[in-house]
Amino acid sequence: MDDLLSEFLTETVESLDVVDVELVRFEKDPNNKDILGNIFRLVHTIKGTCGFLGLPRLEALAHAGETLMGKYRDGAPVTTDGVTIILKSLDAIKDILAELAENEAEPVGNDDGLIAQLHILSEGKELTDASEVAASGQSKVEAAATSVKASDGEIDDSSAIKIVERELKPGEVTLDDLEAAFLSAPGPDDIETPAADTATTEDTPPPMEASPETNEATPTANNDEINSKRDKALTPQSIRVNVDTLEQLMTMVSELVLTRNQLLEILRRQGDNEFKVPLQRLSNVTAELQEGVMKTRMQPIGNAWQKLPRIIRDLANDLDKKIDLEMIGADTELDRQVLEMIKDPLTHMVRNSADHGLESTAERIAAGKSEIGKVKLSAYHEGGHIIIEIKDDGRGLNTEKIKQKILLNKLATEEELSQMTENQIHKHIFAAGFSTADVVTSVSGRGVGMDVVRTNIEVIGGNVDLVSVTGKGSTFKIKIPLTLAIVSALIVGVNDHRYAIPQLAVVELVRAHGDSEHRIEKINNSRVLRLRNKLLPLIRLDDILELERIIVPTDGEAAAEIDDNLEENGFIVVIQVGPQTFGIVVDKVFDTEEIVVKPKSALLRTIDMFSGNTILGDGSVIMIIDPNGMANHISNEMADTQAAEEEEETKKENYAEQTTSMLMFKAGGDEPKAVPLSLVTRLEEINVKDIEPSAGRDLVQYRGQLMPLLYVEGHNEMRESGRQPVLVFSDDDRSMGLVVDEILDIIETPLNIEIMVPQPGILGSALIRGQATEIMDVGYYLPQAFDDWFERREQGDKFKQKRLLLVDDSAFFRNMLSPVLSAAGYDVITAENPIEALKLLRGQDSDFDIIVSDIEMPEMDGFMFAETINNDEALKDLPIVALSSHISPGAIERGREVGFYDYVAKFDREGLVTALKETLEVKGEAA
Amino acid sequence: MSSLKQNNNKPPVEDSDVSGTQEYITVMIANQLFGLPILEVQDVFMPETITSVPLSSFEIEGVLNLRGRIVTAINMRRRLGVSEDSENSEIMAVGIEYKSESYGLIIDDVGEVLNLNMKEFEANPVNLDPKWAQVSAGVFRMEKQLLVILDVKKVLDVLHLQAA
Repeated sequence: MDDLLSEFLTETVESLDVVDVELVRFEKDPNNKDILGNIFRLVHTIKGTCGFLGLPRLEALAHAGETLMGKYRDGAPVTTDGVTIILKSLDAIKDILAELAENEAEPVGNDDGLIAQLHILSEGKELTDASEVAASGQSKVEAAATSVKASDGEIDDSSAIKIVERELKPGEVTLDDLEAAFLSAPGPDDIETPAADTATTEDTPPPMEASPETNEATPTANNDEINSKRDKALTPQSIRVNVDTLEQLMTMVSELVLTRNQLLEILRRQGDNEFKVPLQRLSNVTAELQEGVMKTRMQPIGNAWQKLPRIIRDLANDLDKKIDLEMIGADTELDRQVLEMIKDPLTHMVRNSADHGLESTAERIAAGKSEIGKVKLSAYHEGGHIIIEIKDDGRGLNTEKIKQKILLNKLATEEELSQMTENQIHKHIFAAGFSTADVVTSVSGRGVGMDVVRTNIEVIGGNVDLVSVTGKGSTFKIKIPLTLAIVSALIVGVNDHRYAIPQLAVVELVRAHGDSEHRIEKINNSRVLRLRNKLLPLIRLDDILELERIIVPTDGEAAAEIDDNLEENGFIVVIQVGPQTFGIVVDKVFDTEEIVVKPKSALLRTIDMFSGNTILGDGSVIMIIDPNGMANHISNEMADTQAAEEEEETKKENYAEQTTSMLMFKAGGDEPKAVPLSLVTRLEEINVKDIEPSAGRDLVQYRGQLMPLLYVEGHNEMRESGRQPVLVFSDDDRSMGLVVDEILDIIETPLNIEIMVPQPGILGSALIRGQATEIMDVGYYLPQAFDDWFERREQGDKFKQKRLLLVDDSAFFRNMLSPVLSAAGYDVITAENPIEALKLLRGQDSDFDIIVSDIEMPEMDGFMFAETINNDEALKDLPIVALSSHISPGAIERGREVGFYDYVAKFDREGLVTALKETLEVKGEAA
Repeated sequence: MSSLKQNNNKPPVEDSDVSGTQEYITVMIANQLFGLPILEVQDVFMPETITSVPLSSFEIEGVLNLRGRIVTAINMRRRLGVSEDSENSEIMAVGIEYKSESYGLIIDDVGEVLNLNMKEFEANPVNLDPKWAQVSAGVFRMEKQLLVILDVKKVLDVLHLQAA
């Protein structure tokens, strides 16, 4: 039987069972909107699917039923006649479905009588008894009689073979038992559901001989017989099982496996005894059971693709295109839950590719392409993820159209667009309400598609990406994590710890040996291996996981020895993630095991080095290494080993140090300068010709306003011609440009301002990447651009300067924020830590109006500090505002709990000033 | 363990009025008696092998297998910031389910189930060590000693924060 049809039948029969139950309730309580709504929805679904499958008779009946129910739903009074007739139409639908299940075709004939009655009722008229009887009789006779004709010719050999070949989907259960029940059940002799008895279908299609006879009898047969036939034909071919039940089953089986392993271990120690044979049998059964349960969860992705060839074929007809659908990797197994989730997005995307992606035949020929458009669907594993690619060789995405649409939907400004790469622009098609199709076809173009696709995929922790080349086609790449999936993993050991590496990411294993050709060599501190005339970057697993080495070396020599030991006798696991290949150095390699990935607990979710954890056969829990996380780490490491090492050193010096993104630039002189990236609004290049000198300073038109340009104190000057890079700082509606010579880089680095320079405009010098770098004081330049840059904020408080205590362990932030806050009209006193702050607060000169405190500080953190203040009778009314580089809802909530008035991001200068003002205002009103 | 389970059959906490009583399981951490609301405790077990998790927060002892479920174990001594030397060679853990994940609080010893009168309950004293105050819901004044009530949500939530 056509898979589409069989699925429809299974679903519909299930729906109808629900309808039956609902109808009973409906009869008792005809005015219950919920029940009616349920029935309405089910019938509506049947109608919709019928249209798609080409079942006009069913569709017409369902449609008429739906119309009447729609009327009731809209508030028309429900009559007994109405309920009866709805019940009758549902019975008729079941009859038709029974025929369908048997003969794969709708019985010829129509249900005009029933439909007419439904219409009469929909129009609010009453029925006459006569018409009712006539109609129901007619439809029944017709249904039965016509089925004879249908069954004669409709089943052909190919469909019979299809049935035989059709594999059970996981989640479906073979119905041997049910089949047996069928055969022993009383009723018309030889009717067999085609899928149930494969042996007979192979020989000759049995319904041909069997059903005419029985069906001929049907018109005169009593109702019971009709019912039994209906029930039998519609018995579902699979049983739906709650996933939770499967999950629980899985857990139990794992437990069983563990117990079995323990028993086997005992047996091994005790040698031969009478338990041996039964234990072995237990062992085998357990293994089979485990496999079986596993199977119930896994489905080949091909199951989600089954409908696609048909859809594409119909589409090709509708759109008059020639489309070739190629499917690769249909046997890639996926967890059924994941599969369910990606089924619809996939269908949608394939449709999109065929509809929007591929050009019409004429266009293709004009473009010199083969007239047959190709849509290629492939699935494979990569680095512990499942990748599904949908590729077409069509026209590619229309960048200009997307741009227009972006502007139309106000998703970005023109300026932002001009900074985007083509790929970034393309990604906007995943935004809500985005469709570039000129004409909304029945197929696609309603603009609900791609964002739903993205959401669905993200729900299961995956992501979707696209690459599109104009004229060549587009490729969508869906990446689904292996959580929930079963993978084969390589178990490796380092320092007595074991970890699992997904086998899919492992390319090969190399034994490192000091004397052999596979020798670990070092370039500076980066380890590499010569592997087939290529250098393979290496990383030690214990390093990347920051494990303590077992023996703590006492001096340099011993350290080298231990290093050598691992590096001379270790193993190198060669990993490939996407285009990147690298090696992980481990102590031991155990074996491979099939593991079920379980998600990490919320407390561990932030560690991107692990993708999950699992329980091994021996019952212990091990962490599963995420090759992607490791690749990210290693590429950072490779990119700048030196920076990493410095970071390491600074880390040792000050464990709690946070890193800051710094923008490095040159402005006058060769030494680099830096400014925290988050203070910079944007980087611009302005044309020197556009600069207009006015009243002693340079101005430039920027976003419809005049923006003053400033120069780094006493150093650089404007170029003669060409384009000049400018850092733009914005505040509300004002912008200021700082002219620089060259923008160098953006660096994530811990910031320690070491040398304070008594020089305006410079906070001090810091060592960044081993080079002395001047850190700019933006607070110095802002008032130069607009004299009232800060003042305008605190007009109300002009005459009463508030005293502010700033607590931050980082000298950099103290130095950066003090001038900003001073400029905003506060008398700023700083403290290095909460303890010092408390001393100040409890000391003589303690008349503070507000406290601004960092959260991450050694010894006593901001939360504790706030709590202490809150618990102090003398201080508890003092408002305190938190300042943190980590803003999470949890942190904010906690901040409120311990008594912070507000929570501001560290670099949100404007936010801080506003928060302070608001806090003081609220405080003032309260007082 | 089974005796604990049976206690669940007693009238649930919701039935007792504010001035009534509540049931707590007592546990010992660093010579201090703590109480956990009985309804929050799933089971008490002896963790066998705990796998440490690199790069995780300091308070996380590791992960372990409890009858097929993966449980994240939290070292309560570390959580409370007290010395880690325990005289007990065998450690115990209290199993808790929070936001549909399983956690195990590693403690020194499990005591008994107490039915306590809410009249004896009061808020944390102000001078309580902030690390303790963070996780404590309040204190019961019992005849011989004080019982600090652990707030499971706080024990686990603050960890969330640090991990973030």
